[in-house]
Amino acid sequence: MISRLVLIVLFVGFSQASFASEAADSSKAFNASEVILHHVLDDHIWHFFDGHYGTLYLPIIVYSSERGLESFSSHNFYDEHHNIVEYNGYKLDHNHIYLSDSGESVLDLSITKNVAMLFINATLMILILTAVARGYKRNVGKAPKGIQAFIEPIIVFVRDEVIKPNIGPKYEKFLPYLLTLFFFILFGNLLGLLPGAANLTGNIAVTMVLAVGTFIITNVSGNKAYWGHIFWTPGVPLPLRIVILPVEIIGIITKPISLMVRLFVAITAGHIVLLSLICLVFVFGSVYVGIGSTLIVLFINLIELLVAGIQAYVFTLFSSLYIGMAIAEHAHDDHH
Amino acid sequence: MELLTPGTGLILWQAIVFVLLFILLSRLAWKPILASLKERETSISDALNTAEKARQEIASLKSDNEKLLKEAREERDRMLKDARDAANRMKDQAAADAKKQGDKIIEDARIAINIEKQAALKEVHTQVALFSLEVAEKLMKKNLAGDKAQKDLVDGYIKELKLN
Repeated sequence: MISRLVLIVLFVGFSQASFASEAADSSKAFNASEVILHHVLDDHIWHFFDGHYGTLYLPIIVYSSERGLESFSSHNFYDEHHNIVEYNGYKLDHNHIYLSDSGESVLDLSITKNVAMLFINATLMILILTAVARGYKRNVGKAPKGIQAFIEPIIVFVRDEVIKPNIGPKYEKFLPYLLTLFFFILFGNLLGLLPGAANLTGNIAVTMVLAVGTFIITNVSGNKAYWGHIFWTPGVPLPLRIVILPVEIIGIITKPISLMVRLFVAITAGHIVLLSLICLVFVFGSVYVGIGSTLIVLFINLIELLVAGIQAYVFTLFSSLYIGMAIAEHAHDDHH
Repeated sequence: MELLTPGTGLILWQAIVFVLLFILLSRLAWKPILASLKERETSISDALNTAEKARQEIASLKSDNEKLLKEAREERDRMLKDARDAANRMKDQAAADAKKQGDKIIEDARIAINIEKQAALKEVHTQVALFSLEVAEKLMKKNLAGDKAQKDLVDGYIKELKLN
């Protein structure tokens, strides 16, 4: 019923809007894809709202062999009309910093929007999870209370349903890494849904580092059976082993790549869908579209909350699975 | 395309922060949390095991009690039966003894009576013989006063002898 209503409102809105756009030619072209990308991508400033105080200018830290390490506020790149200007021999172009003389790019270690978000995420995680740990010290042998009671089922779920069944009896060694991973992604996903927040877990650099972490742990803890399976697959005829070898080697690489891409795509796609729906309102400039898309945005937001949990779960699940496969003590002789 | 190219700075920051986060959380959060969880789980499973053991103990105690009770009941029954048997035996014995005693007394009495009877009979015989002799003497004295009477008597004897 509600969805039908939403559809009706949306269609009415569309038809209204088409008339409206024909009637009044908007003076300033609204570029939806630019707005969306601007929200999804990393940035050197943190833009909350238009106006004088709406933007947080984050610090720039750059290193180049010519000029060494230098640090200054990103405010220097903007003039009073918010136009990008050169500063002190540095040039900002599409979020990349170059030396204005040689045009060479520098090593950009700035505290960008995502880095700031990363710090917020990490701080929140430490605050919340140490509070949980304190809860265990405070009520020893008693039922969990407060934040402890909220987080404990998640920890127990991840430990018992995700990590334990996939890694096997030696799971305890990997618990700290996998729990950190799970909560990092969960917190990042949820924080990213807040208005004005940065798209941290939807950034490929972040997911890459996480995937590389799993990749390193998997291959460092891989046992003889794991490597034997890759380089000299048992139970397979000799000519086939030669064929399988490159496939297996590619397999080592594709596992973390799939982890990296899955999380990045899921979160970024969610943000793009949300922003697109919001942009519809500005594209059509109609009240009806506003009502319709707000309802849909609300609905998609709920789905995104679900996706936030699911993606954290999936990343941890596959990480556990890969680690579990690498350390499994299986006596395989014939079947595969 | 910028969406797909990871920024070097962010990679470095993410790596540093994530490693620090991992180390810090391992020390400050996961270690105490997981230890407490494990402790609680073992204490719960221990408590459950203890409860189960106690339950079994109670059950075995109950069955032991029942066994003891049953044994006691059996013992009592056996004792009662034994007592009854003993009483019966004693009663029978007593009865038999009494009977034997009675029989013996009766027998003794009978023997005594017989002896007395014999003695009495002998006495009676003697008396009767004496009386008879006296009577006979008196009769003889009276009847054998004449010769004829003596002759009849002798004849009578002779007849009798003949007949015999």
